[in-house]
Amino acid sequence: MDEILKTCLHDRHVALGALMSPFAGFDMPIQYSSIEEEHNAVRNACGVFDVSHMGEIIVTGEDATEFVNHIFTNDVSAAHDGQCLYGMMLNERGGVVDDLLVYRFNANRYLLVINASNIEKDERWVQEQMNAPRSDGGFFRVDLELVSEVTSELAIQGPEAERVVEEVLGIPCADLTFYTFKEAVYGGQPILISRTGYTGEDGFEVYGRDEEIVAMWDALMASGRCAPCGLGCRDTLRFEVGLPLYGDELTDDITPVEAGLTMFVKLDKPAFVGREPVAAQKAAGPERKVVGLELQDRAIPRHGYEVLDADDNVVGHVTTGYHGLSVDKSIAMALVDARCAALGTPLKVRIRRKTFPCVVVKKKFYKKSYKQ
Amino acid sequence: MIKFSETHEYVRVEGEYGYIGISDYAQKQLGNVVYVDMPEEGDELEAGEDFGAIESVKAASDLIAPVSGEVVEVNTALESDPRAVNRDPMANWIVKVRLSDPSQLDALMSPEAYAEFIK
Repeated sequence: MDEILKTCLHDRHVALGALMSPFAGFDMPIQYSSIEEEHNAVRNACGVFDVSHMGEIIVTGEDATEFVNHIFTNDVSAAHDGQCLYGMMLNERGGVVDDLLVYRFNANRYLLVINASNIEKDERWVQEQMNAPRSDGGFFRVDLELVSEVTSELAIQGPEAERVVEEVLGIPCADLTFYTFKEAVYGGQPILISRTGYTGEDGFEVYGRDEEIVAMWDALMASGRCAPCGLGCRDTLRFEVGLPLYGDELTDDITPVEAGLTMFVKLDKPAFVGREPVAAQKAAGPERKVVGLELQDRAIPRHGYEVLDADDNVVGHVTTGYHGLSVDKSIAMALVDARCAALGTPLKVRIRRKTFPCVVVKKKFYKKSYKQ
Repeated sequence: MIKFSETHEYVRVEGEYGYIGISDYAQKQLGNVVYVDMPEEGDELEAGEDFGAIESVKAASDLIAPVSGEVVEVNTALESDPRAVNRDPMANWIVKVRLSDPSQLDALMSPEAYAEFIK
């Protein structure tokens, strides 16, 4: 990536004094006040994230349902219109091309929301899949609209999010249940709002043009009821509730079985890319698994650090680690040999020159509180 | 005398001893400190080499020794209260060393030069 990209809210972040840092090619806010304060704002009240860096692809056409089901692990044919589904796109080896949200407008129209770090790769992948002949020799009759550059997004998250969206933005949203969406109007223009998020709290994600997203951000800031939140706490929040981040717990070489995400892989639907290796691995049991680790010491396991067994053999690596903000302990997610993955297994993490004992625990360190 | 390194450590010199910590600029850049990984008494620091790390929520940063010397004391108060580094980084040093080569101080920046450096 040659030139650093900016979201439509970049000026606002700088004016708020945010610590800015490159992420997935975008100059993004990491924190405004502190990661802890912003983390707690989302857990206890309401925070807003500029997530305009996320990518969007619209799939339309008479084969849209078959095509999305062909490239996506969850089953969109079983979804109702207005429903969001989480799942993954897999490569032929069963590795994860990306994890994504799919919005079903109707059987002929879907929105795919993809990770910023994977926009180019995903666009190429989806186009390749569209242009490849189907098993029956025909082709998928679908069209793609690559709309990442013209779509901005806010995530409004926390137990107060519903009231903030309704009262500050004037967008009725109490009627939305978890993982559903609707089209609404803001400033006379169409927007999309879903009851989704990446924090483990109740909340909403709103998509629109730059103009409406900037106006919403300004209204939220002026209200004083919603803390601006950066990518720093977005990561601590998702980590604590055991949600994966592409690049950490998911990569082209990690399968959904290894990542513990098989509930989002519908093996009983018609064939899809990556199905066979994943089905075989699920039946045989994976050789590696993503687990939670808890340390006794305060030293912090970070991405990439080695995980060792009792005999000091390297058995895996840390995928994400923090000093937990809601649980006052050093905790991590790690990809380890399956033989070391049982709860309670004593392991060690190498942190710089020393090794520290740890134990395998559930990777949900903090309980989600979604509104159903 | 206080001197600063380009990697934002300071050494406050008292006689044959130096107190090493991180600058106010460095603690602001880091954000809230949650852990300080310190050497042990008796360890030998080598100027320019890392001797530990300081961790914020977001990331770990190496601590680079501004001078060489033997560690004679570590600030164990930081084990239970790492945020002391944020509150007052100049008072809350990390290690105290016996300087093995005081001439190394000449290569470091004065407070005035460091203030220019971080502009």
